[in-house]
Amino acid sequence: MLIRRAPDLASSEITPESSYLNRRSFMAAASFAALDLAWPAARRRARAPGDGDKPNSYEDITHYNNYYEFGTGKEDPAEYAGQLHTTPWKVQVAGEVAKPGNYDLDDLLHGQTIEERVYRHRCVEAWSMVIPWNGFPLRNLINRFQPSSRAKFVEFTTLLRPSEMPGQRSDVLPWPYVEGLRMDEAMHPLTLVVTGLYGRALPNQNGAPLRIHVPWKYGFKSAKGLVRIRFTETQPSNTWNVAAPNEYGFYANVNPDVDHPRWSQARERRIGEFFRRPTLMFNGYGDQVASLYGGMDLRRFF
Amino acid sequence: MPAIGARAWRRTARALLFLACLAPLGVLLADGLGGRLGADPIRATELRTGIWGLTILVVTLAITPLRRLTGWNVLGGYRRMLGLFAFAYITLHFLTWFGVDQFFAIRYIGKDIVKRPYITVGFASFLLMIPLAFTSSAAMVRRLGKRWAPLHSLVYLAALGGIVHFVWEVKADLSEPTRYALVLVGLLLLRFVPRRLVRPRAARPVAAAVLPPSVEPTRAA
Repeated sequence: MLIRRAPDLASSEITPESSYLNRRSFMAAASFAALDLAWPAARRRARAPGDGDKPNSYEDITHYNNYYEFGTGKEDPAEYAGQLHTTPWKVQVAGEVAKPGNYDLDDLLHGQTIEERVYRHRCVEAWSMVIPWNGFPLRNLINRFQPSSRAKFVEFTTLLRPSEMPGQRSDVLPWPYVEGLRMDEAMHPLTLVVTGLYGRALPNQNGAPLRIHVPWKYGFKSAKGLVRIRFTETQPSNTWNVAAPNEYGFYANVNPDVDHPRWSQARERRIGEFFRRPTLMFNGYGDQVASLYGGMDLRRFF
Repeated sequence: MPAIGARAWRRTARALLFLACLAPLGVLLADGLGGRLGADPIRATELRTGIWGLTILVVTLAITPLRRLTGWNVLGGYRRMLGLFAFAYITLHFLTWFGVDQFFAIRYIGKDIVKRPYITVGFASFLLMIPLAFTSSAAMVRRLGKRWAPLHSLVYLAALGGIVHFVWEVKADLSEPTRYALVLVGLLLLRFVPRRLVRPRAARPVAAAVLPPSVEPTRAA
């Protein structure tokens, strides 16, 4: 029952590099001119949900993101991630599985069919991007380890290496970064192990060599630079929830009706666009994932 | 002649300070038109105008303590310009949020001002600065007389509000707003040091009403 097609977005929609470069300089000029010109037109222009999901440029995706291991600024990851050595890379598989162990990256990727998935990415800070990832469903990996019936959750741990990750030298977050998913979320065909971007190797600043992306959840759920995957019976803790429990939950499903205590989640700025657009329930993936949360109070389990 | 020389020097210094205050705006415009504001130019504009507004505001507040410590009364003549530049950057900050980021979406803006404490505080501090900017002219200083100084001590409240706005906005990294807060607290404490301890030899300042426009009363905040 694998959903092979990446929902909503075909790879044919990927913007050629020349167009996004043009669009970028146009945007820059337009943002100053638009104030005068666009005001009456803007009110009339309503956006259909999911409309116009064009992938963001490689430049924007690789130079504007959060990866606090390299600093809290949006451009810090691009600036500092170059010093990270990603070879050799091992991932420890632990917990409630039949086949725990320290796996070489090559071993983990062996036999996996890398596909392209164009996913919407919604940051908890109310900005979003459309990203053409390369990767494969996490469940294809999980199945190899043969989790036991006691495995109810999966915990992901990011590399801890302050010598190459300058952000880890400050205690802005408790390190290492950990995240978690419920087993059914991890096994959902949309949940992706990411190994590449725009058909190229995944850049360090985007979580190389191995990260996940869970497109219906806020970006912080999608852990990067994975060094450990642990299967647990109880709900693992996740870093942002530990840092600010009233602001970031375990589930962190994109939900326009449940605001962050300090800001609204009803709308978002798609990077590269002038006007905010409405945020979609489950980031527009409700058809595929809403059933995971039947009967759950999403206000309580935010 | 030394008197004219001093005046010319002062005029040059004023012009240089004016240009220095305009520089962040010039850099912002150049970066904006050159596509150097990153992937989210609107957010970058909000951040820069906010940071510069707060920075210039704190520098403005440093003028009087600095003048007392050094005895360089000439510094007082630059305070109003700095204060008005702070107000100008904060106004740009507000307008970028109101007119560009939110694009006049009153429905969301009103809700945000009421519901989001960091926006409530930021907006209130901006509103607070409006009467201060309005009453900053020499004529208003004269007209308000003794009431001018207490009114303008509200600028500390506006700066405090700006820093609280900053603290409540950031996600986890409090280092930058903390630096502003420490400087503000330091400046505020300096205002409570008895003047005689700070500047034992200085003559008492003249009353505000008889001062030329470029010199402002020592007590004023």
